[in-house]
Amino acid sequence: MPKIHIPTPLRQYAGKLPAVDVKAGTIGDALSDLVSQHPELRRHLYTDEGKLRAFVNVYLNDEDVRYLQKDATAVKDGDSISIVPSIAGGRN
Amino acid sequence: MLKIRVKEYETLRQHGEETYPHECCGVLLGQMDDDGVRTVTSVARAGNTRTDSAHNRYNIDPKDLIRIQREGRGRGEDIIGFYHSHPDHPAQWSSTDLAEAHWFGCSYVITSVEKGKAVLTNSFELTGMDENDKKLVGEKIEVA
Repeated sequence: MPKIHIPTPLRQYAGKLPAVDVKAGTIGDALSDLVSQHPELRRHLYTDEGKLRAFVNVYLNDEDVRYLQKDATAVKDGDSISIVPSIAGGRN
Repeated sequence: MLKIRVKEYETLRQHGEETYPHECCGVLLGQMDDDGVRTVTSVARAGNTRTDSAHNRYNIDPKDLIRIQREGRGRGEDIIGFYHSHPDHPAQWSSTDLAEAHWFGCSYVITSVEKGKAVLTNSFELTGMDENDKKLVGEKIEVA
């Protein structure tokens, strides 16, 4: 099964797990299964309108899914999916 | 509270001196205990993708972060925070720093670098439950 790596700040909403196995054929399926298993994650990953939050990056192995087929990107057993909140900032 | 050894502390401060007058950035790896104390065991430099405005902005490529995270996992380390520098500016979080902070429970370390020399290093924990109530709260840095 594909595995989703959970970033440190979100583990408290995923049973303190560093990674979750998901049943999925696509990235969209994988994320759906993740929030189905751990519903508390939903509001941290998605807006009220159901869109992935802009600062949430999703990588399939080493590729940003925005540059693949986004939610329709195919996943297979053994694939590694990473949720990576943005790291940015700077002085005013 | 953030615990960090002298070696790693000096490493992140020196990074800011090397990239001056641009902002440096990097990742803090280690462990977090049940009391919320974060202990740094390694520091990973990252590149600043904001080449358009590196004197006052930083961004870490998520691809770098994944690599750093994977390498840390191999050593039994988690990502517990991040650091960056403020060239000729106080070691205090800005509204931009807060707006762009999303790693709750992690430390955000900022070093002021004045005329090429690291001066003050402060650490802030990102607290709150979500984007609506998040705050960067000053925390003690224990250097040993």
